Amino acid sequence: MENNFLITYLILLPLIGAFGLLFINKEKASAIRYTGLIFSALTFIVSLFVYFGFDHSSSDFQFIHKFEWITGLNIFYFVGVDGLSLLLVLLTTFLTPLTLISSWSSIEHKIKEFTFFMLLLETGMIGVFVSLDLFLFYIFWEAMLIPMYFIIGIWGGKERIYAAIKFFLYTMFGSLLMLVAIVWLAVYASGSLGYFTTDITKLYLVAPTITKDIQIWMFLAFGLSFAIKVPLFPLHTWLPDAHVQAPTAGSVILAGVLLKMGTYGLLRFNLPLFPDASLYFAPYFSVLAIIGIIYGALVAMVQTDMKKLVAYSSVSHLGFVVLGIFAMTQESVQGAVIQMINHGLSTGALFLLVGVIYERTHTREIADYGGIAKLVPFFAFSLMFASLSSIGLPGLNGFVGEFLILLGSFKSGVLNSWWFTVFAATGVIFAAVYLLWMYQRVVFGEVKNPSLNGLKDMNAREIFVMIPIFIFIVWIGIYPSTFLKVSEKTSAKIIHQVFNPVQTAEKLINNR
Amino acid sequence: MYNNIQEFYNTLPLVIVAAGILISTVIEMYSNKSENFLSWFSIIVFLASGFYSLFTLDARSIVLQNMLATGGYVNIFHFIFTFSAAIVCFLSIDYLKKYDAYFGEYYILMQTSVLGMMMMAGAKDLFMIFLGLEVMSVSFYVLAGINRKRLTATESALKYFLLGAFATGFIVYGIALIYGTAQSTSFETITAKFSELSGNLLFLTGVLLFLIGFSFKIAAFPFHMWVPDVYQGAPSTVAGLFSTAGKAAAFSAIIVSLFVLFTSGAMRIITPYLSVISVLSMFFGSIVAIAQTNIKRMLAYSSISHAGYLIIGLAASNTEGIAGIIFYLAAYSFMNLGAFGIVSIIEGKEETNLELNSYRGLGTRQPLLAALLSLFMFSLAGIPPFAGFFGKYYIFIAAIEAKLTWLAILGVLSSVISVYFYLRLVVLMYFYDSSEQIEIEKSNSGLLAVFISAILVVLLGILPGSLLNLIISYL
Repeated sequence: MENNFLITYLILLPLIGAFGLLFINKEKASAIRYTGLIFSALTFIVSLFVYFGFDHSSSDFQFIHKFEWITGLNIFYFVGVDGLSLLLVLLTTFLTPLTLISSWSSIEHKIKEFTFFMLLLETGMIGVFVSLDLFLFYIFWEAMLIPMYFIIGIWGGKERIYAAIKFFLYTMFGSLLMLVAIVWLAVYASGSLGYFTTDITKLYLVAPTITKDIQIWMFLAFGLSFAIKVPLFPLHTWLPDAHVQAPTAGSVILAGVLLKMGTYGLLRFNLPLFPDASLYFAPYFSVLAIIGIIYGALVAMVQTDMKKLVAYSSVSHLGFVVLGIFAMTQESVQGAVIQMINHGLSTGALFLLVGVIYERTHTREIADYGGIAKLVPFFAFSLMFASLSSIGLPGLNGFVGEFLILLGSFKSGVLNSWWFTVFAATGVIFAAVYLLWMYQRVVFGEVKNPSLNGLKDMNAREIFVMIPIFIFIVWIGIYPSTFLKVSEKTSAKIIHQVFNPVQTAEKLINNR
Repeated sequence: MYNNIQEFYNTLPLVIVAAGILISTVIEMYSNKSENFLSWFSIIVFLASGFYSLFTLDARSIVLQNMLATGGYVNIFHFIFTFSAAIVCFLSIDYLKKYDAYFGEYYILMQTSVLGMMMMAGAKDLFMIFLGLEVMSVSFYVLAGINRKRLTATESALKYFLLGAFATGFIVYGIALIYGTAQSTSFETITAKFSELSGNLLFLTGVLLFLIGFSFKIAAFPFHMWVPDVYQGAPSTVAGLFSTAGKAAAFSAIIVSLFVLFTSGAMRIITPYLSVISVLSMFFGSIVAIAQTNIKRMLAYSSISHAGYLIIGLAASNTEGIAGIIFYLAAYSFMNLGAFGIVSIIEGKEETNLELNSYRGLGTRQPLLAALLSLFMFSLAGIPPFAGFFGKYYIFIAAIEAKLTWLAILGVLSSVISVYFYLRLVVLMYFYDSSEQIEIEKSNSGLLAVFISAILVVLLGILPGSLLNLIISYL
């Protein structure tokens, strides 16, 4: 097969940028900022090439680049994208430059280190989405923790150290069990293939032949690590700490991309690799997802801190995604995929906006605000727009995802009960309650807090960051087909893999 | 002695070090200002021996009346020993000046200890193992107390000597029982007689005693009591040597002596023993390390827990396990030497700056040292893409191949615990601002050594195949 280097460029560009930064004097702040921005923007441009070269009519992995990396273990450097990962890669490359612009003035000390870690993080995130070898995937998955840990720990809020360690330990705990499962899979594959492999295209064929008892354990080992990342109730407790303490750019990336890695992992690995266990666990995970939807919404409602409110809303929104995944219908999985993108855009926008106002007033307490609509009209409008998108107003992006998920879960044969849909739908209502209520308290009414009087509206840079996000929010809301068609074949393939596991290890052995 | 000249060439790695010892001794006797010369001379000896070993991996032979094996994976061990020792020499140059604790025997003892390690790794006879072990250990006892002006160093040396002698007693007793039942100390004969011996309880007791003795040397729980005190009292550079090359040597001895048992039924008795001490070491090391406030003691407990991971490879008793151990030892040597190296650079006169709190805010004061130390900590914690991660990965493969999945699961759980204390150092360095200014003496040679270690840790992490395939093909 012809190797295509495009994805490798995508991984390498931010990395080169990060190491290039090391040669810039740390006093030259704007040179550092521009270098970071240029490299992340270049990465975005390269990802557009991938998008335009992508063949929507195929469910296969495309832009494959593969060479043997560790010969003794048959570990390959194997990257490529399909519809699912392409969308997430685009989300990553889209959000990273925006977050860099958004931290133009909010990050003032150790700019060089900050930009370095942001670029490293981008490499890690892209790597996670494009890796088609479990070993490679795991390396990116873990390595990405390091920059995020520093971003929370160095530039975060008051409780940053606690939050950073909690974030690290939680994720590490889950992923190490996944490591054992990966090794187990590699050894199992050597039993039927005659050689170790962590290549997922081969494991897709081999892993479903594992007996159901063991599949259940494997599912849990992978699932735990992804469920922590999502985060699925009751494993979500790291999230409010990490989100609230992280600097704005960190929160946006955490919410926008890192959480998606959990749901991506479920779709990419859990469902196709362990189909029997997936069908077995679908109702349980769906129940947890629904508890997450309602619990996250209720807790968000009583928050007094805007950032915490948005953080808990993530728990609720990601619950929808998990429900969509485990309903296992074409609509629900498509809804889940589009909802991942939506959440990245709308929650990313909300975090950015909270960051914008925090930078001016240094408070995130809802009670400290009130009546700022007159003072900062642009901000008020943007916040309204982002909130409505998050709530799921028809015509904006959130509606498309949630509607598809609810529709899919309603007719799901796996869940086989419309109660799931009923409970999940309440989440939409709650979302309207907590977001609009926050909006009302922050933006409307009289200005009670005198220190707000000199408040400046969003400047050109901040507006420039919001515009592209809003364009996509409207685009997905009005014409979702652009994005749905990218992932359509992939979603269908994943569902097909669950219901008709290809139990043909022998065929593979003969073909090797 | 030698049957032909080729055999002599094959033993050249040992001969180079032995010749180095003699030359160094003579120089030390007749010169008052030997310090600078000896340090560089021993570095050259180590590197010459090490690279010669690496380039003669194919020179497999058994020489000196079936006493010593050369070539193959033995030479990989030689390389690990000599290269680690060379790094320690680089670190020692400025460290000894700082303490004003240069004694002529320092570099000579380093060379003798390495010679002892090389004898152990190549041993084909229980006597050779014992000889190598004693040559190494006695040098270590003296090295631990080399800074004789300090009370802690003397205490450390005495403790090490007493417990070390105790452990040697176990080993000798074990060897005696093995010899009594097998009527030979040669591995070849023991292997040949193995089928009749494997049911013999006295023989198995001998093997177990032998293993217990070596459990002391590799610092496995519950034979670890000496480790924290010795590491703390000994000079940091020497502690680095104990924890890397010393540990690797003890493991090499276990591997050469247990290799014959792996395919036999005797593993049924030994695997449970190994599994238990492995789990205990991993958890004990990681949990107790959390409570440490002195960085050298923390690294000591971390070395106990790493011994636990390494024993998983032994318990797996397959070729993956052995290859995994060798890889892990190489990776561990470089990352731990790097960590001890930075500790020795930051350490001030009179054993100051050894508390974890001295590392507060190091990220802003010494960005390079802090970045490198973080790298070593991440690698020790087993986070990719560094060498420590791949070492663990391969050990886990061995465990799962051997149907010891539960051991792998306990292994990862203990790594989660260990992440906490490794990261705490990173937290202190980066997430806090420095309260006090600490004088750090510049050490270019030390920095070079740390830098080399860091490069190796990254290289072995990103391209583990290079070393791994070498190990597998020469196993």
